[in-house]
Amino acid sequence: MAMIHLKDVNKTYNNGQPLHVLKGISLDIEEGEFVSIMGASGSGKSTLLNILGILDNYDTGEYHLAGTLVKNLSESKSAEYRNRLIGFIFQSFNLISFKNAMENVALPLFYQGVSRRKRNMMAMEYLDKLGLAEWANHMPNEMSGGQKQRVAIARALITKPQIILADEPTGALDSKTSVEVMEILKNLHKEDGLTIVVVTHESGVANQTDKIIHIKDGLIGSIEENLNHDASPFGQNGYMK
Amino acid sequence: MIDIFQEIWSAIGRNKLRTALTGFAVAWGIFILIVLLGAGNGLINAFLLNANERALNSVKVYPGVTSIAYEGFDKGRWVGLEERDLHIVANSFPDIVGEVSAQLSSSETRTICYKQDYTTAMLMGFHPAQERIEKVKMVKGRYINEIDIEKKRKVVVLSDKAEEILWKKGENPLGEYVSIDGFSYKVVGIYEVDRSMGFDNAVIPFTTMQVIYSKGLYLDNYVFTTNGLTSVEANDAFEAQLRKKLGEAHKFDPADNSAVYFWNRMTQYLQTQTGNAMLNTALWVIGLFTLVSGIVGVSNIMLITVKERTREFGIRKALGAKPRQILSLVMAESIVITTLFGYCGMVAGIGVTELANYLIGNSVMDNGVGSASVFTNPTVDLSTAISATLTLVIAGTIAGFIPARKAVSIRPIEALRAD
Repeated sequence: MAMIHLKDVNKTYNNGQPLHVLKGISLDIEEGEFVSIMGASGSGKSTLLNILGILDNYDTGEYHLAGTLVKNLSESKSAEYRNRLIGFIFQSFNLISFKNAMENVALPLFYQGVSRRKRNMMAMEYLDKLGLAEWANHMPNEMSGGQKQRVAIARALITKPQIILADEPTGALDSKTSVEVMEILKNLHKEDGLTIVVVTHESGVANQTDKIIHIKDGLIGSIEENLNHDASPFGQNGYMK
Repeated sequence: MIDIFQEIWSAIGRNKLRTALTGFAVAWGIFILIVLLGAGNGLINAFLLNANERALNSVKVYPGVTSIAYEGFDKGRWVGLEERDLHIVANSFPDIVGEVSAQLSSSETRTICYKQDYTTAMLMGFHPAQERIEKVKMVKGRYINEIDIEKKRKVVVLSDKAEEILWKKGENPLGEYVSIDGFSYKVVGIYEVDRSMGFDNAVIPFTTMQVIYSKGLYLDNYVFTTNGLTSVEANDAFEAQLRKKLGEAHKFDPADNSAVYFWNRMTQYLQTQTGNAMLNTALWVIGLFTLVSGIVGVSNIMLITVKERTREFGIRKALGAKPRQILSLVMAESIVITTLFGYCGMVAGIGVTELANYLIGNSVMDNGVGSASVFTNPTVDLSTAISATLTLVIAGTIAGFIPARKAVSIRPIEALRAD
């Protein structure tokens, strides 16, 4: 079974005028794939990511994540699934401003009921992995964008999730740091075999992934294999946009 | 648990001034509550102290004038109380009536002489039971006893006021003889004068009074204790029966309320009790309303905090915080703020009531002829403090509930969008 299995997923927003955002998405992402979802704004890619991340629910269809049907879950249950199955990386980092790097990284473990000592130890381990061990006691506002995103990546990894969902992970970063962050994601894919889904509108970012899923008007336009990352000028030397 | 407190601490620490102002409202509310209850207790305690000067379960009977014609007697007839009344009362209600004491007094003050010193006092003939019914406080010696009554002894119990005048400090008046109206009386006791009444009496045996002043069978009034009359209704029923019995003896209509008068201290006490309970309730209500404004403040601040922290709650939810965990985080913060500051307010309130107790705790008002306690022990007891603390915790829970529900209802995607 695929890691992510979507079958005819529909989603309509009812804010005054009904807005049919996803019009029957069927998609399979296998374990260990490094995939990007591309599309213009309004194409439904963010909605798709929210559904994949169990942050939002869908109307009809089926979504299986790591073999589990994700449908009509209670708030508690979806919180638990998010915690155990998914690691989030956001465009705006979403670190908690009054917690230092280590506490931010350790937070998902707090919701698993891991003891303070143990989760801080693990947080240090992951920070070290991302080269931020010296920054463990710094607050987010004392760090650069790239450092913040690395803290966020450490936080996404700490629960050993099935998939990593990255929503415009380089959207708030300069080109040099963007390359660094994409390198980290690539290494996670290559060395740890993680399943990574990146939502982006930057061709350079998409070009770093192995498979690019194009979304247009709530439907999957095309899926292109992208095994040769050097075929396009995008993604080379920080040329992202 | 430690984690939750650290979360709360960091949340409080981020906006110290706001937390302090909110906390002040709560502290002020509970402070006012405690001070009000303390002041109320001061008044109530003073009432009780004044009431305790006498036996509460006693009825005093005074003579009156009939207002209804009865059995051939015209109205307007004086109903004199007589010695036989004492037997009627005691024998008609053996289960209810306890001790009986009659009063027979000199119609005006008498001069009491000892050597070259003298003072004046009303001369009162009482039974021994008077000591217990009126809670006479003996300073020296004894009160009138049964043998005094039986032998019509010429003994006298003087007030401490009289003692001060007639004897120098350190002299023992007991066993000395004073002269009243040319008769010699042996001093057997000194009692403490009731300063709230202002009367200075010289007490001699009832029977002695009868003989020396040729009072015949009549007496001024009498007082007796009652047993088992614990409600206003029971007292009223007893009074009606008593009036009927006395009516048979003195030939007046049982419905004639002015033929004899009753002063039933139990009824009065029960009414005072009701009044005190109402006062106490009123103070609680006022105090709680004051507290409510503080609680609303906390609730308000928590709403703003939740609004400010929408994004943070969204992040927490995305990372796997369950609704229950978000709920308890906000509730705990609210409860901690109210309880912490409420406790400060309570301690301050107790401090002020204790200070008041120290400064004016035994205020006594001089009313010219005597004095009465107006403010006694204006403090709250432990049970009040505990119920106030409980009130606080409940209040904190209520204050936190609506904001917490709001925080829980935040959907993670909306929260993550919020900036």
